[in-house]
Amino acid sequence: MRSTDYLRLTLTSLKSSRLRASLTILGIAIGICAVVLLTTLGEGLRLYVLENFSQFGSRIIAINPGKSQTGGTGGLLASTRPLLVEDAWSLRQLPYAEYVVPVVQGSGAIEFGRRVRYTDIIGTGGDMAAAWRFDVARGRFLADSRGGYPQPWAVLGHKVKQELFAEQNALGQFIRVGGERYRVVGIMAEKGQMLGFDLDDIVYIPVERALSLFNRSGLMEIDVTYRAGTTAEAMAERVRQRLIARHGVEDFSLITQDEMMRSLDRILAILTVAIGGLGGISLVVGAIGIITIMVTTVHERRAEIGLLRAIGATQRQIMWLFLGEAVLLALIGGVVGILFSGLTLGLLTLAMPTLPIQLSSFYLLLALLLSALVGLISGVLPARRAAGLNPVLALQSE
Amino acid sequence: MIRLQQLCKCYQLGDEPVQALDHVDLEIGAGEYLSVMGPSGSGKSTLLNMLGLLDTPDSGRYWLDDIEVSALGEEARAAERSRRIGFVFQAYHLIERLSARENIELPLVLTGNAPDERRARVDELLQRLGLDRHADHLPNQLSGGQRQRVAIARAVIRKPALLLADEPTGNLDSHSGQGVIELLEELNGEGITLVMVTHDPAMGKRARRRLWMQDGKLIKDEQDAHA
Repeated sequence: MRSTDYLRLTLTSLKSSRLRASLTILGIAIGICAVVLLTTLGEGLRLYVLENFSQFGSRIIAINPGKSQTGGTGGLLASTRPLLVEDAWSLRQLPYAEYVVPVVQGSGAIEFGRRVRYTDIIGTGGDMAAAWRFDVARGRFLADSRGGYPQPWAVLGHKVKQELFAEQNALGQFIRVGGERYRVVGIMAEKGQMLGFDLDDIVYIPVERALSLFNRSGLMEIDVTYRAGTTAEAMAERVRQRLIARHGVEDFSLITQDEMMRSLDRILAILTVAIGGLGGISLVVGAIGIITIMVTTVHERRAEIGLLRAIGATQRQIMWLFLGEAVLLALIGGVVGILFSGLTLGLLTLAMPTLPIQLSSFYLLLALLLSALVGLISGVLPARRAAGLNPVLALQSE
Repeated sequence: MIRLQQLCKCYQLGDEPVQALDHVDLEIGAGEYLSVMGPSGSGKSTLLNMLGLLDTPDSGRYWLDDIEVSALGEEARAAERSRRIGFVFQAYHLIERLSARENIELPLVLTGNAPDERRARVDELLQRLGLDRHADHLPNQLSGGQRQRVAIARAVIRKPALLLADEPTGNLDSHSGQGVIELLEELNGEGITLVMVTHDPAMGKRARRRLWMQDGKLIKDEQDAHA
């Protein structure tokens, strides 16, 4: 039997029970739509998060105080020394080291004249703007003190500047940060948000001053960026050796941007699979719909099956006829589902342009294959049943 | 052409076993015109299904054109049905969603003949049966007599050697019944072997050879002298 004839006969059968066929198709369409939408959104979310994290560059090693491991001698010798500003500066001499950024963060009141704004304060060094790829819009960034106590200089985030000074010129003005007098030397360019954290609502002051302002002895983090030409592991090892030499023990933790991205990527990929699986549940429901309809159809068309057998159809041909019908139902459902999810994603892109949503043709093809597979699996049972009918009994069933 | 040897078939009807065919021996020559009569439940339909390779015997042997078809598997029997046998049923068994033409060409579709060839052969047959105006009509747009003619056309499109008719006029008024039986006899006149199961003694009498069945046994086999 020719495949065009299989297709033609199957189509006439679907056409003769339009309502039933459309409802079944709808069931599969919803399932495919759910899978496509959820996985695409998951994938979009993954790209969005990774993009946010990689905007600072990829050759970064972060050093945090403390080591998460259990020592053998109890707490007696395991004294954790704070990460000092001097530790940070010492890393500058390492081969391949590009920028070293000590960080201490807190919050406090920023005052200008009668205006007060409570916001985040970051104490850092002169390398920060370059290392994190933050641009200075006007003026300059902080300078490194190199030994002496640094000048009381502050750099304002875009939003802080707008709130305190509006259109007024801020450069050279004096503000109070946590009660101390600072001179505004620079304004950062607008940076936007990262995962809900407003990067423009920050005031930057020299790290030594921030430590005393917040009454801390050590830094929260040191970020080291390095030049190309070495590996993340080798660079991390250099940093580790240097800090061990200074501290005597490894009382700090290192994490490279590579590792961080990889574990983040892993988590998000699992998340995508998980929510895709949720969509899969509705696909299973759709498949059950196909099975139900096909079992009913086979029952109703017993006489026709008997006749086809009588005029020479083989069991295999009968099986393919009904299997083809199930696959066709599922495939049409798949196409409708893909069209619908494409429409939804298009609207979503219009509503939220920042979310990097991509309908990749690979996933679309996968969705089509998936729907065909669903049809094949749910068609097997009814089709086998049709093929196995006793032609004599089938002919009598009208 | 057909030889049955000690053919047995037993059905389970509820709790009771029914001997539908009880050691039937029968020979049918090519081109014969044979009617099978008997009360309902006598096994005449089972015999017809057996001859048409739709049913398989519990025991005994069946040769069709010197092939022992009782030894064939399911798919091979389907091939033999397609090649040698045409069925005509009381209930027509036309597929309602297909036009007269599509119903008639179904056997050719199953064997994978090309659409052009199918068209030519169906056109020829439609013309001969006076159905050319109804080629694109659905079965529910046709009269009973026309439906049965379409069913007959479907049965003979592959030019089978054996035509099996199960109460072909059972659902028809006497006028259309007459037309249908004449058509079947005309086909028999062209050499096709015709076996017809019927209730109607008047119809049965038309056949040159008449079988009577009861309780699965052949009880009478009558043949016109001139045949």
